[in-house]
Amino acid sequence: MQKLINDPDNYVDEMLDGMVSAYPERLTRVDDTKVLTRDSLIDDKVGIVTGGGSGHEPTHAGYIGDGMLDGAAAGEVFTSPTADELDTLAQACDTGEGVLCVVKNYEGDVMNFDTAAEMAEIEDVTVEQIVVDDDVAVEDSLYTSGRRGVCGTIFVHKAVGAKAAAGGSLEEVAAVGEKVIDNVGTMGMALTSCVTPAKGEETFDLGEDEIELGIGIHGEPGTERTDQLSAEEVGTHLTENVLDDLDPAAGTEVAVIVNGMGGTPLSELFIVNNAVQSTLEAHELDTWETMVGDYMTSLDMRGCSVTVCTVDDELKELFAAPADTPALTRAGDDE
Amino acid sequence: MSEDIHERQRPVVLEAINAVADRIESEQDHLTELDSAIGDADHGANLTRGFSSVREELEEIEDEPIDAIVKEVGTTLISNVGGASGPLYGGTLLTASQELTDGITAESSVAFAEAYLAKVKDRGDATVGDKTMVDTLTPAVHTYKKSIEEDELPPLTALAKAVDAAERGVEYTVPLKAMKGRASFLGWRSVGHQDPGATSTLYILEELLAVAETHLEGETAVEAVAENVSETDESADDAEATDAEQT
Repeated sequence: MQKLINDPDNYVDEMLDGMVSAYPERLTRVDDTKVLTRDSLIDDKVGIVTGGGSGHEPTHAGYIGDGMLDGAAAGEVFTSPTADELDTLAQACDTGEGVLCVVKNYEGDVMNFDTAAEMAEIEDVTVEQIVVDDDVAVEDSLYTSGRRGVCGTIFVHKAVGAKAAAGGSLEEVAAVGEKVIDNVGTMGMALTSCVTPAKGEETFDLGEDEIELGIGIHGEPGTERTDQLSAEEVGTHLTENVLDDLDPAAGTEVAVIVNGMGGTPLSELFIVNNAVQSTLEAHELDTWETMVGDYMTSLDMRGCSVTVCTVDDELKELFAAPADTPALTRAGDDE
Repeated sequence: MSEDIHERQRPVVLEAINAVADRIESEQDHLTELDSAIGDADHGANLTRGFSSVREELEEIEDEPIDAIVKEVGTTLISNVGGASGPLYGGTLLTASQELTDGITAESSVAFAEAYLAKVKDRGDATVGDKTMVDTLTPAVHTYKKSIEEDELPPLTALAKAVDAAERGVEYTVPLKAMKGRASFLGWRSVGHQDPGATSTLYILEELLAVAETHLEGETAVEAVAENVSETDESADDAEATDAEQT
């Protein structure tokens, strides 16, 4: 399959350079690393950082900016950043108030972040970690023990970023992150596998008329393969599965992401959203906010995921708070 | 005195690190073969890349104290092995190296070995029977500690017994169903295959023993016991081997 690349070996490097040159006043790259940080740190604010394999753009560095992340480390495609780069990231984003690392639950990511935290603490940087595991499709996947961390991470970034911007302590910021993690669920599906730049071919085979349900974001197979379903059936099935896990009480308010996996037209995501909303309505849930678009992708995979987060006044205030990043902005007019 | 021990032990430590790097490089294909059966076929290449970088790094750190050298090996492995193996083979050394600030003695080598095993288990959230490197390390560390502390054996003898125990640990992984790491997703299909991480860990231990043997020949039990606390060349060598083992 053809790709818009030069050399597969330079894929991540060139992507990061391109991001920085697109947003030179927002992003800066730490020399000789794959670490991006905001152009200038805010004094006396808890640092918010994340990282993970590349291929999920605009995750991770796309969310660097006011009200969200201070920095992000990129690994190779679908491969955890190394602990020394994560250590560099934590040190680069510390202003003395400590650093919160948002980690998605994959074995490589978790172990490298753990090691990085030890390295950073040797340099007197206080590091806290929260691990996002919102994927309701599987208990154990090809890449992790326990549930995977996927698109629900966007809500976590938003909440902890807003709390830190409001002057929250490291402990308080971590607590709102955990609150989101406790209240968010996601499930995804694919019409096609993704194609990694190194391999150049699909990582799993799907027949012309087949779809894969319960996929992750690394081209790993899902939990179930079925014949082609309509957008309505897909939207309903994914939302039902997430609600089954969250089990929210009738009348609960929810924030929703209908997320594209990288190769899905936005029009199709909007069509899926109709079924998502009617399912929420059928469960007597009130949609407080809906986001539709590519937030947590899997290279060029065609497909989508549905994320639902139950919200209370505190989370609504944090989600609505101002944010100004390449991939997500909020004006901050909450009334 | 502490500086003396670092001076005396440094050449042996460097020799042990080089021996481990040689062994990993020569076993690269075998490790990859084991990993392709139950993992993602990159264990040999990843470890070789890591230890080759360590070898290149050695020149720059060859005047450092023992603990600093071991720590640097860990840092280099973290940056170059990648994936989960970076933290497991390298990150663990950052913590364990702190036991070697006064060089390698029978006592500090036991502390090093225990700290290393504890970190591997904690980092990987693994225990004996999960079909991982823990199955190699646990009997090895237990045997080493018991041989030194209870049986009062000379460190070289203790290390030889530890490597024997490690070998049995690797064989023990064959019938196990993997519970951690990539192999765990194969479930019962992982049964009947020897674990690649357990195997590479044994290779590391075997090289430490080989280097220790060349430096501790003629060691006797009486000497070793007598010098358990003070640092003699022997106990130093042996202990060092153990720490390198962890490397």
